[in-house]
Amino acid sequence: MAEREQVRKPTPVEREPAEQASPAASERSDEIKAELDDLLNEIDEVLESNAEDFVKSYIQKGGQ
Amino acid sequence: MSIPKTIGIETEYGIVHRGTEDPNPIAASSVLINAYLYEAGYRSEDGKDTVHWDFINETPGLDARGYVSTASMPPDVETHLVNAVLTNGARYYVDHAHPEISTPECADARSVVLYDRAAELIAQRSMVAANAILPPDQEIVLYKNNSDGKGNSYGFHENYLVDRTTPFGRIVTHCISHFVTRQIFTGAGKVGSETPGQSTDEVPYQLTQRADFFEEEVGLETTLKRPIINTRDEPHADARKYRRLHVIVGDANPSQISTFLKVGTTALVLALIEDDALSREFVFAAPVAALRQVSHDLTLAQPLELADGTTATALEIQWELHDQSRKYVEANGVENVGGVVALEVLDRWEAVLTGLEVDPMTLATQLDWIAKYRLIGGYRERHGLDWRDPRLKALDIQYHDMRPERSLATRVGLEQIVDDVEAARAMSEPPSNTRAFFRGKCLQLFSEAVVAANWDSLVFDVGTDALRRVPMMEPLRGTEAHVGNLFHECDSATELLRRLGS
Repeated sequence: MAEREQVRKPTPVEREPAEQASPAASERSDEIKAELDDLLNEIDEVLESNAEDFVKSYIQKGGQ
Repeated sequence: MSIPKTIGIETEYGIVHRGTEDPNPIAASSVLINAYLYEAGYRSEDGKDTVHWDFINETPGLDARGYVSTASMPPDVETHLVNAVLTNGARYYVDHAHPEISTPECADARSVVLYDRAAELIAQRSMVAANAILPPDQEIVLYKNNSDGKGNSYGFHENYLVDRTTPFGRIVTHCISHFVTRQIFTGAGKVGSETPGQSTDEVPYQLTQRADFFEEEVGLETTLKRPIINTRDEPHADARKYRRLHVIVGDANPSQISTFLKVGTTALVLALIEDDALSREFVFAAPVAALRQVSHDLTLAQPLELADGTTATALEIQWELHDQSRKYVEANGVENVGGVVALEVLDRWEAVLTGLEVDPMTLATQLDWIAKYRLIGGYRERHGLDWRDPRLKALDIQYHDMRPERSLATRVGLEQIVDDVEAARAMSEPPSNTRAFFRGKCLQLFSEAVVAANWDSLVFDVGTDALRRVPMMEPLRGTEAHVGNLFHECDSATELLRRLGS
């Protein structure tokens, strides 16, 4: 059996282009944050009105 | 030798009947499915009826290991409940107190996503149709999830056609390593744990719905002591040539990308297993514990103990499977792994593993467990809530709500692989490139002459003395290329059967 070291980890050059810190990536990350904020603003409108009762009453018969 | 990977998936939906004192999920599932069958024209008041599922030749107790253990109980088959065949080749029925839709046989991962989306649209239309006939203060709601958070699970199953000559032991070894580690992109996410004795404090959030419910490595059961590898040996095809690998360990995914990768990567890994192309075995010291460990580890960094005393992370094992699959496709082509769709699977697989390695949150519009985590985590922070707060569990369940206006999976803006116009057509049109084409077209054109149908045959009554059974033991025969002209040229089932020579 091969040693663990032989599991080839992807090299950063190949698979981690240094986009992480690039302006494009941080812009995208800001966008995602803004979208999440909008979503969280809406969520109380769609959330079941009595969460505790809803969760308690969500009972399923087991299946496969 | 690898064979083309015909694939189908089965989804049991969670069901809630609101506004009634004593809800009965079996009755509610029947109301739901019957409402759809009337609404979509399968049934009518003037006596038109659906084509029923034919249980002949169904033998769910056969075990791939070549024996039947007395401790193994074959699953019950409920033959008396509503069980219809649809014109897209799918099956829609009541199973274990849940409505279940099995997709038609598909030839690639994209087709599976299309028919899974069509099934969601069928589920939505069923709710609307059922709620129109229920009293105004009642409502049936479906959830595409796999757990009620109280220790009850209901399934999502995958089926893959594999070469009968492939040693089953080899399938077991490599599939366990894939099924345990693919959870990092297939998980639908869950608040809390349902592993006995484990609390939400210990596991506030995990990658999958189902990992808590698996207790064995290999076995025949599907409802208790669930095994990572299910040994049901019922190919619904020529048993001398084929096996159907029945996979019960996955989650149902609202995310199309999770579904695409779940079946696409598994089809690839199975082809490599058939051709004995996986050079390294990853055998876990304790597979069931590893399944839960991966599901419970949001860092994706925990080393998993291997039987040889070394360790590997889920990401490392997935990279190895990805790299081997890419090499395999470069050497062998894509013919048996879903055609050009396999190239898209490889590219998305690589992109998702890269994203998981760099920052999982970059995949918040692609993978379910991340989309749900971001939503629930954001809500929790905003309101300063404890993980045990019922509002977080409510968000978890509502992520899977099938009502478009309530579904949080819809709200988080998941990327789609198939559009809804195409999926709406797939509610009634079969895939063109598997035997589901023949089944679906016969039901579209000659349903009055079809007495019953199942995966591997159709039974006709054309007014002669005996019923006529047309066997379909080859999943890739009966395609549009093969029999499409017959449906243009025959204007009756009698003529069709004459031309088929049966």
